[in-house]
Amino acid sequence: MGSGRTDRRDFLKRGAAVAGGLTLGAAAPAIREAAAAGESVEEQSQEAPNYSSDELIAYGQRSRFVTSKRIAHGGRPSPDEFGLVFHVAAPLQDSVGVITPSALHYIGTTRGSFVPDIDPAEHRLMIHGLVDRPLIFDMEELKRLPSVTRLHFLECAGNRANRRHTTVQETHGMTSCAEWTGVLLRTLLEEAGVQDEGTWLVAEGVEEVKGASSLPMAKAMDDIIVAYAMNGEALRPQQGFPLRLIVPGFEGILHVKWLRRIKVVDRFYMTYNDYGHLRQDPIDAALSYQVGPKSVITYPSGGQQLPGKGFYQVSGLAWSGGGVVSRVEVSTDDGETWVDAKIRGTAHRMAHTRFSFDWTWDGSEAVLRSRCTDEVGQVQPDRREGRVRGLDNSIQPWRIASDGSVHNAIS
Amino acid sequence: MRSLRLLPFLMLVGAGSALAQSPTYGVGRTPSAEEIRAWDISISPTGEELPPGRGTAEEGAQVYMQKACFGCHGMEGVGQPAPRLIKREAEPGADPWSLGRVLPIRSPYATTVWDFINRGMPLGSEGTLTPDEVYALTAYLLYLNGVIAEDAVMDAESLPLVEMPNRDNWAPLPDWKPGMPRLPGYPPD
Repeated sequence: MGSGRTDRRDFLKRGAAVAGGLTLGAAAPAIREAAAAGESVEEQSQEAPNYSSDELIAYGQRSRFVTSKRIAHGGRPSPDEFGLVFHVAAPLQDSVGVITPSALHYIGTTRGSFVPDIDPAEHRLMIHGLVDRPLIFDMEELKRLPSVTRLHFLECAGNRANRRHTTVQETHGMTSCAEWTGVLLRTLLEEAGVQDEGTWLVAEGVEEVKGASSLPMAKAMDDIIVAYAMNGEALRPQQGFPLRLIVPGFEGILHVKWLRRIKVVDRFYMTYNDYGHLRQDPIDAALSYQVGPKSVITYPSGGQQLPGKGFYQVSGLAWSGGGVVSRVEVSTDDGETWVDAKIRGTAHRMAHTRFSFDWTWDGSEAVLRSRCTDEVGQVQPDRREGRVRGLDNSIQPWRIASDGSVHNAIS
Repeated sequence: MRSLRLLPFLMLVGAGSALAQSPTYGVGRTPSAEEIRAWDISISPTGEELPPGRGTAEEGAQVYMQKACFGCHGMEGVGQPAPRLIKREAEPGADPWSLGRVLPIRSPYATTVWDFINRGMPLGSEGTLTPDEVYALTAYLLYLNGVIAEDAVMDAESLPLVEMPNRDNWAPLPDWKPGMPRLPGYPPD
C-alpha cells in the first residue's frame, strides 16, 4: 500500500510541476502529518504511558489495553493519498450505553476534507439573506444565549450493509450518538427576523471546500441545534470545532461542520452536497432524507466469538429520525418468532436507544435479528421482502454457528 | 425591505406585533454590506449572485492545464483519484441518470457546477480561481459532456439558462413537517 501511494503522489507532483509550478499546496504537509500520526499510534502501544504524568492528569487518555478504534469506511482510505479525510466508521461492536465517545464518533466530510485548525477566538457565524437584521456572532456571544443539551444520533446516508461486510462496524459504523449542547437555530433566526419568503436556508462551513447544504425552514424552526459542545466538552476538530449544526434525525451530510454562514433563501439552492444526494425517484428521496427506524444487535455481532452455550445478554442499538424508539423486538430464529426486547434507560427523540434481551444459547445454530418501531408507527423493514429504498434501514441478521462464531447473514 | 412595506400594517395592529419583530437578546452585531459580499459565495439555480465575467470551452481547456486539474482528474477528465468529469458512454436517448454521478452532466443546474468549482477547486488552492477562470472551466466541462456548443460563452446571463439534461428529471425533497413519517405507508404491511 505504501509504495502505491508514493507512486501516485509523485505522479501528482510531477503533473503539477509540468503545468507551471502550480502545486497541490496544502496536500503535501497534510500527508506528512498523517504519516507522523500513524507512527505515533504504533509507538504508543509498545510501552506503558505514565497515567500519573502531568500531561495525563491534566487531560486523560484510555488504557493502552483498550484498543477499540475507528476504521476507514467504504473502501476509500482516510486519510487518503492527499491527507483528506472522508468516511470513517465507529466501532459499534465495542459500544456500551448510548453515547459514542467523541474520539470514536464516526466522521464524514464534504468531498473529502482536511480537518481545519480553527482558532475559536477568530471564528464567526453570519446569518444573512432574507432576514430583517443580518447578524454576526462570535463564539462568546453564542455561548451567552439560551442553550439546549440533547442526545442525538447522526447517520451517514451511505451507511448501507452488504453481504461482504463481516463486522457491525462495516455494516453500521457510519452512525454514532452524542450529547450535543448549543443554541437552537430558531433562536438565532428569530434574532435576525426571517422574512416571509424565507423558506429554505443554505448552511456553510469554513473548511477549504466550504461544504454547504440546504435545509428547509420548517426543520430550522423546529429542533436544529447550532452546537459548540459534545459529550461535555468543546466539539472535536473532526466533529466541526468550534461550531456545527445538529439536524436531529436527518441524514448526516446536513449536519454542517465548521459552520460559518447561514443564508436564508426563498428556494432549494442545489449545492454540491445537495446534488450529490439527489435521487431520481421521490420515494427514494423521501426515504433518504429522514433516517430510520433502524436497529442492530451489537453483541453478539459479526466477527465475535461466543465461548460456549449458556447465558448471554444480547444487546444492541435502535434509532429513528421519526422520534422516540417505542419498541424493539428480537428474534433468535431468523425472524420466525419475535419477542420484545427491554429498552434500557430513557429513550430520547432521534437518539440511539440501547436495548437488551436475555438469551440462553443451546449451542445450536441460530440467527439473531432485531426490529425497531418508532413513535409515529414506522417499522424497520426486512430486505428479504424486497429492495429497501433510500437510506438502508433493513433488519440485520447475525448467524451464530454451532462453534460460537458470529457471521453476517445477509444473503 | 419587507419591514418598510409592512410598516403601515404594523402601525395599524399596534405595539404587540411590532415587539414580535424585534430581537429578544440583542446579542451579535450587524455585518457591513462589504462583509456580507465577501462571505456570500452561494449561487442560486437562477444565478442572481453570479459575478461579472465570461469564459468559453477553449479558454477552459487552457485553465484545465494551467491549474493542473489533470493531475487528479486525468488529461481526458477521467482518472483517479478524483471524481470523473465526463459522462459514461450510453445509447443515444439514454436516461441521463445512467451517465454516472458526474457533476457537469447529472446536476440539474449548471450553476451548481460553477458554484462547486468556485468554492472547492483546485484541491489545496480553493477559492483562488477568478470568475473568468470558473466560467471557462464550467464551459469546458459542459462542452465535453455535450451540454453546450464549443463556441458558447458562459457568463452570468447564459449560465443559468443552460438546459441540463436532468433539469426536471429529479425528485424534490418531501415537504417536511415536524412529527411526519418519512413516507406514509412505508414499509407496506
